[in-house]
Amino acid sequence: MTDLLALDDVNVYYGPFHALRGNTLTVGEGEIVSLLGGNASGKSTTMKTILGLIKVKSGTVHFAGEDVTHASTRHRVKAGIASVPEARRVFPQMTVDENLMAGAYTRSDRAGIAEDLERMRDRFPRLAERRRQEAGTLSGGEQQMLAFARALMSRPKLICMDEPTMGLAPKLVDQVLDEIVRINKELGVAVLFVEQQAELALSIASRGYVLATGEIVLKGTSNELLHNPQIQEAYLGKATQA
Amino acid sequence: MLNTLIDGLLRGNVYALGAVGISLVFGVMNVVNFAQFSFFGLGAMLAWFFVAQEGLPFWLALPLVLVICGALGLVINISVVRPLAKFLPLAAMLSTYAVSQILDNVSQISFGAQFRVFPQVLPTSNFHIGNMRFGTSDVVMLSITAVVMVVMSLFLKYGKIGKAIRATAQDQEAALQMGIPVGLVQHVSFVIASSLGGLAGVFIALYIGVANPTSGLDIGLTAFVAATLGGLGSLVGGVIGGFVLGILEAFGIYFFGDTSREIIVFVILIVVLIVRPGGLMGKVPLISTEPLTGTFLGKGRPLRMPRWVWPAAFVVGGVVIPLVASDYVLTTGTQVLIYAIIAAGFTVTAGQSGVLALGQAGPIAIGAYTSALVTMNLHFSFWAALPVAGLSAAIIASVLASPIWGVKGHYISIATLGLGVAIVAIIQLLEPQGIYNIPVPQWFGTVLSTPIAYYLIDFGVLVITLLVMWRIRRSHLGRVISAVGSDEVAALASGVRGRNYKALAFAISAFFAGVGGSLLAHQYTYIDPTMFTMLMSLLVVTIVIMGGVSLPYGAVVGSIILIGAMELLRFTPELRIIAYGLVLILVVRFRPGGILVRNS
Ligand SMILES: Nc1ncnc2c1ncn2[C@@H]1O[C@H](COP(=O)(O)OP(=O)(O)OP(=O)(O)O)[C@@H](O)[C@H]1O
Ligand SMILES: [Mg+2]
Repeated sequence: MTDLLALDDVNVYYGPFHALRGNTLTVGEGEIVSLLGGNASGKSTTMKTILGLIKVKSGTVHFAGEDVTHASTRHRVKAGIASVPEARRVFPQMTVDENLMAGAYTRSDRAGIAEDLERMRDRFPRLAERRRQEAGTLSGGEQQMLAFARALMSRPKLICMDEPTMGLAPKLVDQVLDEIVRINKELGVAVLFVEQQAELALSIASRGYVLATGEIVLKGTSNELLHNPQIQEAYLGKATQA
Repeated sequence: MLNTLIDGLLRGNVYALGAVGISLVFGVMNVVNFAQFSFFGLGAMLAWFFVAQEGLPFWLALPLVLVICGALGLVINISVVRPLAKFLPLAAMLSTYAVSQILDNVSQISFGAQFRVFPQVLPTSNFHIGNMRFGTSDVVMLSITAVVMVVMSLFLKYGKIGKAIRATAQDQEAALQMGIPVGLVQHVSFVIASSLGGLAGVFIALYIGVANPTSGLDIGLTAFVAATLGGLGSLVGGVIGGFVLGILEAFGIYFFGDTSREIIVFVILIVVLIVRPGGLMGKVPLISTEPLTGTFLGKGRPLRMPRWVWPAAFVVGGVVIPLVASDYVLTTGTQVLIYAIIAAGFTVTAGQSGVLALGQAGPIAIGAYTSALVTMNLHFSFWAALPVAGLSAAIIASVLASPIWGVKGHYISIATLGLGVAIVAIIQLLEPQGIYNIPVPQWFGTVLSTPIAYYLIDFGVLVITLLVMWRIRRSHLGRVISAVGSDEVAALASGVRGRNYKALAFAISAFFAGVGGSLLAHQYTYIDPTMFTMLMSLLVVTIVIMGGVSLPYGAVVGSIILIGAMELLRFTPELRIIAYGLVLILVVRFRPGGILVRNS
């Protein structure tokens, strides 16, 4: 199987601060991969690197066979990478429909966009009911659904989700995870997502990576990771202090 | 009364256009764009040039002005604002301030400084309804604005770029992640804002009937207040704020006279910032604190100075120069020394407490006037008047500034800028004539009015100033002020009330500004309100930024270069301002810590 996304020996700096240290990571087509790690371990930085929001110092990023290491975010979105940003970040004073259209910004096929808009309304009936409501007035769970739908509007091959369950009640967390699985199964979209709770994440992912202070310290299938004695320790970020 | 209302609407019309432009750019870039202020003056001058000089019909001149202003806006955004906006909004704001000064003066050099009479292209009082008088010109202006606003809102609601502008303004990071071309969005917003500024400028010329290249900053500041009143970042708010402010201002002038204009505007700004900082339409703004120290200007390490530099500088400045220099050089030297005193005192505010106050001309003026009045009316000696001038500047400026310490980021800079303007306006109201025959210093009956005497007095005061600054920095108080400046949140968490320390730092700086003002007054022996311009404030800011905001001795170096060198090179006043502006832009861009500080 060829990899959809491949990061190879990627180094990223914030000024003098070495934020990602030679990381190699892949996501296959239609695969769900989870990214684990303690606070400030570089999870969001990895996501931003994939989206082209941060420049890499060395190493390469390939997407769908193309070298996108130096490509703009816009180019990557067009190529099929979509994002569900950290803390959802819907556009608060735009309506639900306008938010969805923003997700399709890089597309120009009007008919296709209209069709996808309909699909999203079918898929997320709650959003259809609230199509003219300002997104800032939606509940947290609804905003999360909107963020998913907005990402899907670009017809992505891969969605990067940074902590999609952040700040949600446990019941909603399950819903969100179910939704990820559903999107993946029904649309064949690959998902790379960050999640604080390792067990939950690995319950839906096929593979996982564990970051600690900017380095990938563990990787493997969900099963391997779940049974790895180090996982709790590494996940909590204690491994680096030992 | 009704005529005053019409007057208010027409003023409001200009402010609304300006405020919408300011809000637009602020929304997508988080930068208060002073450069746009210049387009008010430039639009008026270009219109005058095309209509009065070139004889073009008004309907041709209008689009030409819009296109030129828009294109110029694009150039400014690409060359100055965008490269800096990536770092910090405050850096970009400072640079746009410099750009506005440059634009004003280039315009002054090209068009001449005088007020130009703008030909009456449309009838101005051909309609009468009851007591109301107005003209086709007024109707046309208001209609154009109405059309522009409708087109703008349709564009923002339905246009592809328009929607991208809204998305970017609401969440730039998320917009980027959707693949929205944020750079393009910013360019387009800048161009629209600049054209709106030009349009407002044309209206000013139409309405007042005269055009002047340097009127822009003043009107721009008012438009900014209108934008704040309506809710910075909100376009509807900009329109509402513009008209409300225009009407308030018109009635204020009707009741209190024209000189009260700046004061009214400043009072409105302060009231809005205290009562409803988000403005009428906006939410509470999300601009975070951007202290200068630690985040951009204060970065890096000062170059290491060998120990012998200090005594050597003392000997050269205090002994060698007075012995060998000509009167011309000594007179230039007094200017250098006085600005060094003011700027060195300003480092506590700009460098340590992290408040980029843009209105130091205010306390300088208070000091100058206090000193003149107490020596002439109360027969104080110069030596007694000097500290009294400092104290009164510190007290009065602090009282007037007390409402602004709760606000943050850009607001504090703009509020202090407005404060400087308001102080000078108050003085103008109280003492419009200027004061002549201010007594010169005496020492036991000897009149000290030679250049060398002035030079030595100023040198002595500068040495004391630097010693005081050095003591303050090393004291507990100085360290607390620095802590507040570098991280207000952390300081607050440890129980320090940041605003009190900022106010104190401002008072200390105002004291030295007042002392400097006193020295100026007794050397010129004549003062009037026109001497204490925004330009004087800009000069103080440029000096400290050039020398390094937190280095008092850097202020001396900055002053030597910016005042001494430019005087000795005999730059004309316009060229000097352009040079100040360029220095400011280049230093902020390439050497943000100042020329004496290595980049980190
Ligand atoms: N813009 C930035 N400038 C400088 N340092 C940054 C920046 N963004 C992140 N960092 C630093 O990089 C490191 C990794 O940050 P990142 O946001 O990727 O962590 P994370 O794993 O997502 O953490 P969290 O679980 O808290 O979201 C942190 O030490 C952080 O302080
Ligand atoms: Mg994160």
